[in-house]
Amino acid sequence: MKRARAWLLTITILTVAALAFGVADGSWMRHVPAKDHERKNPYEGRADAVAAGRLVYEDHCSKCHGENAQGTKKRPSLRSQRVQEEATEGDLHWLLVNGNMGRGMPSWSKLGDPQIWQVITYVKTLNK
Amino acid sequence: MVPAQGRIGQWRSGLGFLFLLLAGSFYGHAQERPYFVTYSHEMEEPGNLEIEMLSVVGKPPGGNRFLGSTTEFEYGATAWWTTELYLDGQTTWHDSTIFTGYRWENRFRPLLREHRINPVIYIEFENTSADKALREVVGHDGRADFYDSNADARADKERELELKLILGSNFRGWNLSENFIAEKNLGGGSWEFGYALAASRPLKLAASAHKCAFCRDKFMAGVEMYGGLGDALGFGLKNTSHYLGPAIGWSAPNGMTLSFSPQFGLNDYSIPRLYRFGIKYEIEQIVNRFRRGE
Repeated sequence: MKRARAWLLTITILTVAALAFGVADGSWMRHVPAKDHERKNPYEGRADAVAAGRLVYEDHCSKCHGENAQGTKKRPSLRSQRVQEEATEGDLHWLLVNGNMGRGMPSWSKLGDPQIWQVITYVKTLNK
Repeated sequence: MVPAQGRIGQWRSGLGFLFLLLAGSFYGHAQERPYFVTYSHEMEEPGNLEIEMLSVVGKPPGGNRFLGSTTEFEYGATAWWTTELYLDGQTTWHDSTIFTGYRWENRFRPLLREHRINPVIYIEFENTSADKALREVVGHDGRADFYDSNADARADKERELELKLILGSNFRGWNLSENFIAEKNLGGGSWEFGYALAASRPLKLAASAHKCAFCRDKFMAGVEMYGGLGDALGFGLKNTSHYLGPAIGWSAPNGMTLSFSPQFGLNDYSIPRLYRFGIKYEIEQIVNRFRRGE
């Protein structure tokens, strides 16, 4: 009985913690190292990278951030001023590699650098 | 007990039907490593449910051919916690088809950023008997375990705690994964140890600019090796089995991932050849699908 209670308490704490950290506020940008902030996108401006990035976005990002990147109830819009203007492409690369796991954003390092840069190339065209 | 051969399982047909139903209803996408035994540090995306069937076919010399299968339900609870239920079964030729038990595992990622080497803690409870899915090799597991009839093997209940330290790295498109395994039968016996190593890479790193089924970036190739390391009473390679083989995975256009690996026993203690195949289907944001308006 004690063991069951301990399990229940653990699960409750984990669930509450997960919900409490479920709001995105952009604080991740403060953690980006300077050298990552300055990184340049090797695919910048390439039309083929935008097309490829759109397909990568549809496969991996659209379920959380919305088909048009407008955001969903719990996940932020990628058309925001923060993503489109304040964050450099290097910042976004750092975010995709590291994730923001305490707040629900997984690491996408498994995609590899080329696909990460491609999807950033696409995202940066969203408001153009 | 179901008299078996040729009836590889009504339950498998039922699950196959479920897969087709899901494939027709949802669109999902997975970019998965083609590993069968080794875990990478990559967690299930939060809110996603992955349904996976992994099977292995083998034949110990002088024994009966077998097909071991595992059906997995893997859910991303958070970005750093993945929980998974396994249902295991097996068919042994000239013997029977049986349900062999279940496992429940949880993986936790203690470091919340990507590092050169990323640790993941794995904790599993399993309740199985006569299992032939070969999801890991520990202790002195070997071909001798595959000669008993299913009726005899079922008498040996295994309620086990399994711990793994998973280390993973992603570098220039390559994934390198190392697993160190410790397993304890809760009914008695000493700790048993094992290992699994794997490496893989997509055939092309950049995504294609158009939709295509057979582009190189849809294929992932790798190699996997695993085996036992003895137990607390005799740690080492003596009387342990080991396997090595290439692996390939294909991300199919309908959101499925298919994988295949022929694996070869490296000593007389191992089964000479194993053929592993898997099919995965990922349902993205499954909870949201049942909410009104989403």
